Amino acid sequence: MRKNLKAWLYLLPAILFLGFFMVYPLVDVLVYSFEEGYNSASQTFMGVGLYNYSYVLHDPYFLQAVKNTLILVIITVPVSTGLALLISLGLNSIKKLKELYQTVYFLPYVTNTLAVGLVFMILFKKTPYTDGMVNMLIKLFGGSSVDFIDGPYWAKMFVLCFYTVWIVLPFKILILTSALASVNEDYYKAAKIDGASKWRVFTRITLPMISPMIFYLVITGFIGAFKAYSDAVALFGTNLNAAKMNTIVGYVYDMLYGDSGGYPSYASAAALILFAIVFTITVINLLISKKQVSV
Amino acid sequence: MKVKVSHITKIFPSRNKKSKETVTALDDFSFEIPDGKLVGLLGPSGCGKSTMLNVISGLEKPTSGRVYFGEDDVTDLPPEVRGVGLVFQNYALYPHMTVRKNIMFPLENLKGDKKLTKEQMQERVEQAAKLVQITDYMERKPSQMSGGQQQRVAIARALVKLPGILLLDEPLSNLDARLRLQTREELRRIQRETGITTVFVTHDQEEAMSISDMIVVMKEGVLNQVGKPQEIYDDPVNLFVAKFLGTPPINVFRGRLAGGRLMIGSEPVLEAKAAPDREVWIGVRPEGFIPAEDGELTCSFVNVEVMGRDTTVVSTHPDCENASIRSIISSDLKVEPKNGSVKFRLKPHKVHLFDAETEERLRTELLPVGEGREHA
Repeated sequence: MRKNLKAWLYLLPAILFLGFFMVYPLVDVLVYSFEEGYNSASQTFMGVGLYNYSYVLHDPYFLQAVKNTLILVIITVPVSTGLALLISLGLNSIKKLKELYQTVYFLPYVTNTLAVGLVFMILFKKTPYTDGMVNMLIKLFGGSSVDFIDGPYWAKMFVLCFYTVWIVLPFKILILTSALASVNEDYYKAAKIDGASKWRVFTRITLPMISPMIFYLVITGFIGAFKAYSDAVALFGTNLNAAKMNTIVGYVYDMLYGDSGGYPSYASAAALILFAIVFTITVINLLISKKQVSV
Repeated sequence: MKVKVSHITKIFPSRNKKSKETVTALDDFSFEIPDGKLVGLLGPSGCGKSTMLNVISGLEKPTSGRVYFGEDDVTDLPPEVRGVGLVFQNYALYPHMTVRKNIMFPLENLKGDKKLTKEQMQERVEQAAKLVQITDYMERKPSQMSGGQQQRVAIARALVKLPGILLLDEPLSNLDARLRLQTREELRRIQRETGITTVFVTHDQEEAMSISDMIVVMKEGVLNQVGKPQEIYDDPVNLFVAKFLGTPPINVFRGRLAGGRLMIGSEPVLEAKAAPDREVWIGVRPEGFIPAEDGELTCSFVNVEVMGRDTTVVSTHPDCENASIRSIISSDLKVEPKNGSVKFRLKPHKVHLFDAETEERLRTELLPVGEGREHA
């Protein structure tokens, strides 16, 4: 009993802190989402019900944001994880200049999102004076130029996905290179003696051995992509709804502080819908990983 | 299959990038393993045993020298076509596969005309599992098994391809003492049943002595002696080999040859006919002592350890290199120390002389004190 008391005492600061700044606000968000016509200035509301959810779910901006977010998730998570795996395998097998390459691949991780956004603007943006680097390349190979920043939806989506993949890649490479390096050399020697081809070594030994890390990256990747916002802002500015490039988190932000903002109830409802989606996907992920990850 | 390594040298580049120094793991190494024998590569840690094993398996390429399997030069062949089975020190069982899948893995890799059908594979896996007696654990993962069982799985995986040569790297070092004894016998049995040429690496001389047909003793990458365990024990070529083999270890004294006698301190312990005077190391096996009241060697008595079958007398001597002299005598003989000292006569054939400088064996004929005179 006394031991227990001590344990609680040690936990107290963290519990208080988390309680005040996490649990209470979260509960509050839940409460707001059911309060119809809530006014934050006067702290009044007109009734309790599901109207906020219904409004959000019928808002074309929200539906656009959900669509954008889902596309982003479905494209960037597998692509970035796959690319990171390829690059890590490469990094793991080279000997010369290994450290240099590792540093180069890690650089985007320590670079500011908005600074990277600026670079992407220069690469992709079309202005009256220049078509941007990428368009110059497209033209060089005989294509016609595309406005990636203010142009068609697919072009903007492409840039957003490209950017997201690029920005999440370094962390994944970091995790996967260390996962690969931690696989005991003896397994590879044993496989060599056993006459396994390179492909079989990869699929039957390397992949299963690092599968816990891959699943970790997929799960955190899903969560991260669902919560994307700053990437879109960095590329398309703050008026994302106009650019049709809003994300769910962006929608929540706009509902609170944007030009059309001032609706904490709608924002709360949207945030809870996002929470429900992320929660479901993560549970599904964990269930699959339990079956697949066997080490 | 007969294995022959000829003038193998293996030089590793230095791990430290700045220094240009290289490490010579194996230095002009040659020996031959007859077909169907169990051979122990014996030496202290860091002497290049595992490197030798890797050179035989093909995982390492020698800097110079050739490796022959039977009459074929396999030096340039990659490991998978050499037809060797290798058991790693940590077993290296694939943790995500069941025992069955682990054993089957090498078979699934076979290509071309060696390719097996599913049924043939199953049959071979069953055979291998039966040989090492793990048929009850086929659906388990390695982590659900004890060290000894994992070891068996590793051996089964190495044998399932029916290799010409089985290589084992410190096969018993990860097992506890009792299991080690048991597995040692098991290894011997499996080797006998399959008749496969087997090379195993160990730093434990007892292990090597007890099951090997032949021992290769090495030190710092240099071959010291090759032979049957008993031969090497009875006839070591240098002080290192003499010290390395035998438990309790050989008792080493500083001594000298003077006037046709072998002296320890001021006591003449044996006659040495026609030997020039010189400083020597004297190695006396524990069983080379006979307690006798008129014995030539006087040691300070410490205690007696009774083991039932025989008795170990522990004593000390100022000229002895070992902290204490351990002599094993028959339990029939009584040891009665007088004034805290005990006297021994030495058995000449259990005494080996080594050069004080080079530590090489001196083939000086030794006789009990007194007998030399009569013959002369």
